[in-house]
Amino acid sequence: MATRPKVAFFEFTSCEGCQLTVVDSLQTHPELLDAVEIVRFREAMSEQGDDYQVVFIEGSCSRPADEEQLQAIRQRAGVVIELGACAHISGVNAIRNRQDLTDVRRYVYGDHADWFATYPARPIHAVIPVEAAIPGCPIDRNEFLRVVTTLLQGRLPQLPDYPVCVECKLKENVCVYQRGRTCLGPVVRAGCDAICPTYGEGCEGCRGLIPAPNVESLLQVLKEYGLQPDQAQAQMTEFLTYSMMEREAASNGKR
Amino acid sequence: MASVKVDVHHITRVEGHGNIVIDVDNGELKQCELQVVEAPRFFEAMLRGRPFAQASHITSRICGICAVGHATASLRATEKALGVEPSPQTVLLRQLNFFGEILDSHILHAYMLVAPDLLGAGSVIPLARSAPEVVLRALRMKKLAGDLCAAICGRHTHPIALAVGGFTHYPSRGDLETLRERFTAVRSDVDATVELFQKLRLPDFDRETEYLALRKPEEYCFIDGEIASSDGGSWPVEHYREITNEYLVAYSSAKRTKHLRDAYMVGALARFNINFERLHPKAKAAARALGIHPKCTNPYLNTAAQVVEIVHCVEEAVRILDQLLAQGFAWEEPVKPSRLSGEGVGACEVPRGTLYHHYRIEEGKIAAANCIIPTGQNLANIEADMRTLVPKILNRKSEEITLALEMLVRAYDPCISCSTHMLEVRFE
Repeated sequence: MATRPKVAFFEFTSCEGCQLTVVDSLQTHPELLDAVEIVRFREAMSEQGDDYQVVFIEGSCSRPADEEQLQAIRQRAGVVIELGACAHISGVNAIRNRQDLTDVRRYVYGDHADWFATYPARPIHAVIPVEAAIPGCPIDRNEFLRVVTTLLQGRLPQLPDYPVCVECKLKENVCVYQRGRTCLGPVVRAGCDAICPTYGEGCEGCRGLIPAPNVESLLQVLKEYGLQPDQAQAQMTEFLTYSMMEREAASNGKR
Repeated sequence: MASVKVDVHHITRVEGHGNIVIDVDNGELKQCELQVVEAPRFFEAMLRGRPFAQASHITSRICGICAVGHATASLRATEKALGVEPSPQTVLLRQLNFFGEILDSHILHAYMLVAPDLLGAGSVIPLARSAPEVVLRALRMKKLAGDLCAAICGRHTHPIALAVGGFTHYPSRGDLETLRERFTAVRSDVDATVELFQKLRLPDFDRETEYLALRKPEEYCFIDGEIASSDGGSWPVEHYREITNEYLVAYSSAKRTKHLRDAYMVGALARFNINFERLHPKAKAAARALGIHPKCTNPYLNTAAQVVEIVHCVEEAVRILDQLLAQGFAWEEPVKPSRLSGEGVGACEVPRGTLYHHYRIEEGKIAAANCIIPTGQNLANIEADMRTLVPKILNRKSEEITLALEMLVRAYDPCISCSTHMLEVRFE
């Protein structure tokens, strides 16, 4: 990408906090605007171009209309990057995937439940192929800058394949377990600089599982530290419902 | 007689995507809708069965811009349900943290979304080229607001260290001293902000409506308090259902509300109208400079009220930082719940208005949840404004009508992320 690549941002089911984090990255790196040409970014601008090479997608796919739009984006874009947990692992949106959706709609919209289309929330790569992902809820500002730099060099970014515990140890934090709380750090992908344990809260899993995670062992640890099975399940499914359901489906398939 | 059709697709995010549809046939207003077509999120349903300690972490994900507000309202609902009384230090730190969010959101809205309209720039990106000092000032102020939240709760989107009963992390004394210095230094940027908006002309338009905001006797209220109406009366937050009266319309996945009239307004202008007397003297002076007085009935001046609140929050942040530094602060473990079942309502004034979280908790798990979001409360009022405004501007060009309507919706700051942008504007 020798010339300034044309970049677009899109959002589906999400809070737009990741795009807000992109805006925040301009506070320290306004030169980003010289490196790329942003042709679509509703949070910051009016222009709405359809000619773009690199697309960042925030949010999950949660209704039929989303799919058509995703297909159209895929056809136009050379590189599609999932931006944040909703796009990458379906994030908190997937909590309802384990619930009865008719009941969920009725709970929020009462008798008018069928006015609003919805189905189980999926990450973007479940609908269209993507080249890469920036994990996290929200994304880490520094990781976003690293990814943009990598893309500008004509390469695709690689994610860390080691767990949050590695970064947490490097920061010399007291282990969250030693402070009387529980943490998913041992099975969750690093890259956030262990921000939650650093601020006294256990890892909630927003960056997704590492390759080949030992989930069973972690569940054993949670039990040893006093969590009931339902509490452990709740912790494993705050951000990881979609990932856990995928694991269950894969293991059922093997049987 | 004029016939005009306005169809603004994806005008503004109201926790997502919205459209403006106006149909005037021979001078008669046939259709006037602010449609919300955002994918529903179902947070209330998803909360059911979750441990109470997760509620604030999950609900902060409703909104990337008022994440701290959602987390705080959620914590207050849980604490009231479970008999938790946060310490005075926790109350003070939460308040300080809240100023960070109000500042961050108001600066983004006033500078990056509204100012380009008034300075004749299409958006903030061309504005960065034509008036770089304005944009750099906004980014500088916004960064300070974000750094304040980061010192207290880890990050503004989404807060980490806010917990039921207190905090899981504390800033160092050095952090607070640095913030104190920076907040003192930012006053010149705040003065420049007031001067800038003093020069910019917001549209003239008035419509009487009801204004609702939380109120406390002793302070300009952002957290807790009681619900007060500009039409008179006040109610405990537990009565929020009688105040908000939520209802659905088919063209909107966001619910609407009404109280004493057909519609009411929440947000900076409502707070300004109800709590003017409790503003910091410097904020009152800024209001005079900006030519805004209570009771102000021009919704476009919501942006001016936000500028007044920017002044207030900066001065109050300095005051609280001074207080914390003078009295010293200690590491406190979060207060533990005295029971595991109960019901509670938490209410906060987030940047766009009053936010309610209501939970019933049984054996430590959320059994029922209800959240009422400011933007939903403003939708009916925006439509009422549009119905009054459209007939007055029918003789203008199509583009001018559209711009006036977009600016009106944007003035309410419906959800910053998208309110700059309209995809297609069609006139038929």
